[in-house]
Amino acid sequence: MAKYKNHILVCGGTGCRASESEAIASNLNASLSENNLQDDVQVVRTGCFGFCEKGPVVKMVPDNTFYVHVAPDDAEDIVLEHVIKGRKVERLLYVDPETKEHVSDSRHMDFYKKQLRIALRNCGFINPENIDEYIARDGYSALGTIMEEMTPEAAINVVKDSGLRGRGGGGFPSGLKWELTRKSEADQKYVVCNADEGDPGAFMDRSILEGDPHSVLEAMAICGYCIGADRGLIYIRAEYPLAIKRLKIAIEQARDYGLLGNDIFGTGFNFDVEIRYGAGAFVCGEETALIHSMEGLRGEPTVKPPFPAQSGYKEKPTNVNNVETFANIPAIFLKGADWFKKIGTEKSPGTKVFALAGKVNNVGLIEVPMGTTLREVIFDIGGGIKGGKKFKAVQTGGPSGGCLTEDHLDLAIDYDGLLASGSMMGSGGMIVMDEDDCMVSVAKFYLDFTVEESCGKCTPCRVGNKRLHEMLDKITLGQGEEGDLTRLRNLANVIKDTALCGLGQTSPNPVLSTMDNFPEEYQSHVKESKCPAGQCRALMQYVINSKLCVGCTLCSRVCPVDAISGEKKLPHVIDSSVCIKCGACIEKCKFGAISIQ
Amino acid sequence: MAKVKIPENKVQELRDLCKNFDNEPGELINVLHGAQGMFGYLPAEVQEIVADEMNVSVAHVYGVVTFYSFFSMLPKGKHPISICMGTACYVRGAEKVLDEFKRHLEVKVGETTPDGKYSLSCLRCVGACGLAPVVTIGERVYGRVSPEDVRGILEEY
Ligand SMILES: Cc1cc2nc3c(=O)[nH]c(=O)nc-3n(C[C@H](O)[C@H](O)[C@H](O)COP(=O)(O)O)c2cc1C
Ligand code: SF4
Repeated sequence: MAKYKNHILVCGGTGCRASESEAIASNLNASLSENNLQDDVQVVRTGCFGFCEKGPVVKMVPDNTFYVHVAPDDAEDIVLEHVIKGRKVERLLYVDPETKEHVSDSRHMDFYKKQLRIALRNCGFINPENIDEYIARDGYSALGTIMEEMTPEAAINVVKDSGLRGRGGGGFPSGLKWELTRKSEADQKYVVCNADEGDPGAFMDRSILEGDPHSVLEAMAICGYCIGADRGLIYIRAEYPLAIKRLKIAIEQARDYGLLGNDIFGTGFNFDVEIRYGAGAFVCGEETALIHSMEGLRGEPTVKPPFPAQSGYKEKPTNVNNVETFANIPAIFLKGADWFKKIGTEKSPGTKVFALAGKVNNVGLIEVPMGTTLREVIFDIGGGIKGGKKFKAVQTGGPSGGCLTEDHLDLAIDYDGLLASGSMMGSGGMIVMDEDDCMVSVAKFYLDFTVEESCGKCTPCRVGNKRLHEMLDKITLGQGEEGDLTRLRNLANVIKDTALCGLGQTSPNPVLSTMDNFPEEYQSHVKESKCPAGQCRALMQYVINSKLCVGCTLCSRVCPVDAISGEKKLPHVIDSSVCIKCGACIEKCKFGAISIQ
Repeated sequence: MAKVKIPENKVQELRDLCKNFDNEPGELINVLHGAQGMFGYLPAEVQEIVADEMNVSVAHVYGVVTFYSFFSMLPKGKHPISICMGTACYVRGAEKVLDEFKRHLEVKVGETTPDGKYSLSCLRCVGACGLAPVVTIGERVYGRVSPEDVRGILEEY
């Protein structure tokens, strides 16, 4: 970034682009040219800044002013005021929710204070479509150093010493996996990057590829050197067009610079990467299924062993790692295994990226040291629960994980702690729920997903999950019977014990963990046909309190099915046979006259 | 499978597509991505040509097409509507939004309106969870959608 004096970084992550960040960037450019500043100030479209709740986000460099909720029309003021007159555009500054003061530097915001960015170190700082910016931040120097100064065995030892564990969910020690693949004898080996990211509430891996694709390419080349592979494959969903586009650009540029291809750094080492497209099947995130999918087959898992390290893609030894696992690798080599080991907990060194979403104030992409507590993540970084509601549960691990409660808030996040408490790390989706969320419905939501995504190869998962879903459906409709809860638990345990792959083995977790942590909620549904959270529609009735209703008619006008009737200025009534229980009236009533019973 | 007659020049284009991948069965998914790009969906006839060209059984092609949710055997509407049913959108009320779309369009998920204008589907996580609940229509993304917004959104088309 030599030539320009100043830079304006515009977030080009998926969320901000959906809110017209492209238009902001082009308006900024137009305004800069109008004022003859196009040679002094460069507009850079970066990857995700992480603070999605406040998007679109624009950051001024070098003074680090962080503008939030920027609209395309604000571009002119940013140029005229900030760039030309050197005055901050106050209305676009972040307001601290407690002190109500403007905070202009992101480093002083609660959202960023407790974060530590290793895997996301470049996201939001560089233009992911320009390899020079990655190189300017020590990119590809780890690869260079390793190839010139280290044997593959020595490099694998660095990864082993760092204690890095797989970020795709399983937490398998990465160095050990590399060593196993190295030791498998074969004429051809492969490095595979798992970018399937099928967890329905997660966008971490996608954001890394969108914001810093070269760090993954560099790590794959390092892995190739270590295990003795000259081909890398990235398995990514066709549904992630932005990540694919940036990866393609990155691969082209790396080839142009001789960082991929033949005779890299003149050492005689060859390594090239190609992209393989998934087509929307959650089970393809499982490594054996992924390999079959890359071979053009249905993505059905097979029994391990043999592990991919022994026999993977085209029956050759294959090292599969997750995107985030790879993104950590260059940093570990640059700063050393000891540095990495000091971060996080003893058994889970380093950091973890989470997609924090749901009912928290600050939805976004965050990275924290392992060992950070759930409370710190949800209340300090996440800014607490939206709308002043009460925290109820946090779901980690996606469809394989569980719901944790208030009692778990001081749990230090790492692989073993989450597992011991009945959930799991998973790939890093973290969904916060409040008092309005019904835990039976949440369990049903995940089962919905698993039933749809089960590949059908083995019976416990194909049939068992369907039966689990039916029972949950029955309970949410108020038709649960005595004994259903025991049957639910028994079947869940059978599926866990007998399913073939990780999908089926973990799919009952959302049911079991909500049953363990919210037993009274299941009881209310079954015994009293009541949904305490007021979410199960079949169990609700909307009624208007005639003492509170003033007859303003607002509710009858918003009701989409005309279920509400009444004279002006007289109390209204809801016809429960017509009411579809959409809740539109409750949201509109200014007098609190409508309630759910 | 209902038969659709596809024009001769398109058949040739499809055969060329397979040849570009050396008719290699391992490239089947890539070929199907290309074919869906050409036709918008994968009707029976397209699958038969692909199977013939790549020297695999039609059942094999059909098995792969139906396995992956990205592949569709039905044409999409002119304005394909997708409701995000990722967890973040779900807890922020995506189900109610979906119900409103179903009610207005009088179609179920996976169907197209009789006039071919809209099709309705669900997807899992657009990656814009900060905007939940999210609805996409074609390339356009609508964020923080409430059931009351649905009518207005449809009126834009
Ligand atoms: C049902 C299922 C889905 C999975 N989905 C993913 C995924 O989307 N991304 C991923 O990296 N790993 C996923 N995994 C884990 C992979 O099988 C594999 O362990 C991982 O990619 C290895 O990389 P790591 O050691 O770097 O974590 C999934 C596993 C199962 C059982
Ligand atoms: S557990 Fe489910 S997804 Fe896994 S092999 Fe069995 S049916 Fe397929």
